[in-house]
Amino acid sequence: MTDTLTPVLTANWDQPDSFTLAGYTRTGGYKALPKALAMQPDDVIAAVKESVLRGRGGAGFPTGMKWSFIPQNDGKPHYLTVNADESEPGTCKDIPLMMANPHVLIEGIIITCYAIRASHAFIYVRGEVLHVIRRLQLAVAQAYEAGYLGKNIQGSGFDLDVVVHAGAGAYICGEETALLTSLEGYRGLPRNRPPFPAVEGLYACPTVINNVESISSVPSIIANGPRWFEGLGTEKSKGYGIFSLSGHVKTPGQYEAPLGITLRELIDLAGGMLRPGHPIKFWTPGGSSTPLLTHEHLDIPLDFEGVGAAGSMLGTRALQIFDDTTCVVRAALRWTEFYQHESCGKCTPCREGSYWLVRTIERLEQGKGTDEDLETILDVGDNIVGRAFCALGDAAPVPITSAIKYFRDEIIQHQKQGGCPFDPAASTAWAV
Amino acid sequence: MPFSEETLTRLKADAAEITGKYPKARSALLPLLYLVQAEEGYVSDEGMAFCAEVLGITQTEVRGVATFYTMYKHAPAAEYQVGVCTNTTCAIMGGDQIYAELAEHVGGEDAAHHGAAHHGDIKSPDGKVAVERLECNAACDYAPVVMVNWEFFDNQTPRSAKQLVDDLRAGQNVTPTRGPSRLCTWKQANRILAGFGDGQAAEGPSAGHASLVGLKLAKERGWQAPPVTETA
Repeated sequence: MTDTLTPVLTANWDQPDSFTLAGYTRTGGYKALPKALAMQPDDVIAAVKESVLRGRGGAGFPTGMKWSFIPQNDGKPHYLTVNADESEPGTCKDIPLMMANPHVLIEGIIITCYAIRASHAFIYVRGEVLHVIRRLQLAVAQAYEAGYLGKNIQGSGFDLDVVVHAGAGAYICGEETALLTSLEGYRGLPRNRPPFPAVEGLYACPTVINNVESISSVPSIIANGPRWFEGLGTEKSKGYGIFSLSGHVKTPGQYEAPLGITLRELIDLAGGMLRPGHPIKFWTPGGSSTPLLTHEHLDIPLDFEGVGAAGSMLGTRALQIFDDTTCVVRAALRWTEFYQHESCGKCTPCREGSYWLVRTIERLEQGKGTDEDLETILDVGDNIVGRAFCALGDAAPVPITSAIKYFRDEIIQHQKQGGCPFDPAASTAWAV
Repeated sequence: MPFSEETLTRLKADAAEITGKYPKARSALLPLLYLVQAEEGYVSDEGMAFCAEVLGITQTEVRGVATFYTMYKHAPAAEYQVGVCTNTTCAIMGGDQIYAELAEHVGGEDAAHHGAAHHGDIKSPDGKVAVERLECNAACDYAPVVMVNWEFFDNQTPRSAKQLVDDLRAGQNVTPTRGPSRLCTWKQANRILAGFGDGQAAEGPSAGHASLVGLKLAKERGWQAPPVTETA
């Protein structure tokens, strides 16, 4: 029987020097690397495939399969780009991971690059996290000094350079093709697929793009074996993951557990809801782009299939939890304003649709909405989803359409009352 | 004001170091924009002209990129840019109240009534501090969060945030919750973003309190990842 919490990536975070080479090595770091370098690159890919590691950035695509799409012996340089642009509202796992344990990411990068035959990797980290960027810069410098990066790594003949590249404030750059465009020095606009990045990515060369947590999981798979990893989790969602609790719980924070844990268990671990007598009202399983769920869904397994079956998505395991003091229209409006602000403007459905969604939801929140506005919102949403250029557009209507699904009565109450029935002061961290 | 010869020589050496990291020089545009922002506090016409010259592209191409990303300022920034997260979780946990009170505290009564669409700077009369709204900064477990020059100030209240701004204006040293013991200036922060470290990486905690709650609980209860049973 597996324990409820299984710290792997977070296991050394309480060490005062966990972010240094010495601290990481002392707690078992850089042990997977020599093992990987002694394997054939294809065997490393096979091991990650066998572990059934699925992407930890939200979509859940099998990581090993993604790597195997990189054409070999094509004469082109290959690249690894780590998506460290963590900006999805509610998502806060990669930032503490890179602050406390950047070397596990570096070790994962070296193993990944060896497997996909890349000699250049980029960590595209969002710019707004200065201390994380310092820690990454330090970790990369220490890895060079120790001979884990640079020429002829550990005598293997394998060369690798890693660049820490700071983004500049654009949520869209978390979308993998926009990230590549941005990394090439342009406005961060998404690209058409196909061609997929595995064939034509960075500088039109084969490129793997993986989330920080996915790459950081690789050393444990190589060190402990794919069957160890596969022994954790549920039938189709293997391994462990960091679950990030925020909002109205007593102890919000990071909880690393096998996939499949439930929110009821997690809230219990977090000491329960923040205020006595104020139960959970709605929550996101994996950031603002995943449809809202309610108290009815507290016992669904938090894995790709379980959350999917409940009509949402596992996403980034960003569990934003709101109690019954919270106005769902206010929450949905703010998320929609975010999508409007972050829409890159490339395609009309997202650019115009997110703008009009905000205008209409504003009316609802102010109690000036009509029944027709609700239909307009659903109609605008229908015209964005599947017609937008990328997933940002597809996500824009998600908060309000899921709010309408579960809380239509509350929205109508705004109309009847001619205003919001909630007091924002009652929802704050300091309200009793 | 155009850069002096001395400044230009220094910037060109830095620029060469930056472009040297990339297989294609154009990839260096974002760090180069940080480099010129570190020099002047914002991305000026001269700064953009410098980037264009380094990369052999037009100033229009540079401007197109510089205006796409919100971290580049197009007017002189304050010494301390104070950002209040008002995305949903922080907003509901009190970020909206913090922003409203801080905006009024720094910019007077008019500033308190900016709606959620207002993302611009509200500057203090002495120009030392500017308050702005931020989108989610990946610290939701520390909500409500305030950032100063992109360092974390976790679990804020309206009172603590106003004290923070007062201390900054008075020239007092303030310490980020998860960051170095000394807060760097806006210009220094941009130099780090351009890729030049300031030697403060080892300062501050490995992880904040909320980052550790799961690990602490696991240790208390004797929970851990399963042992390795195979010899693969």
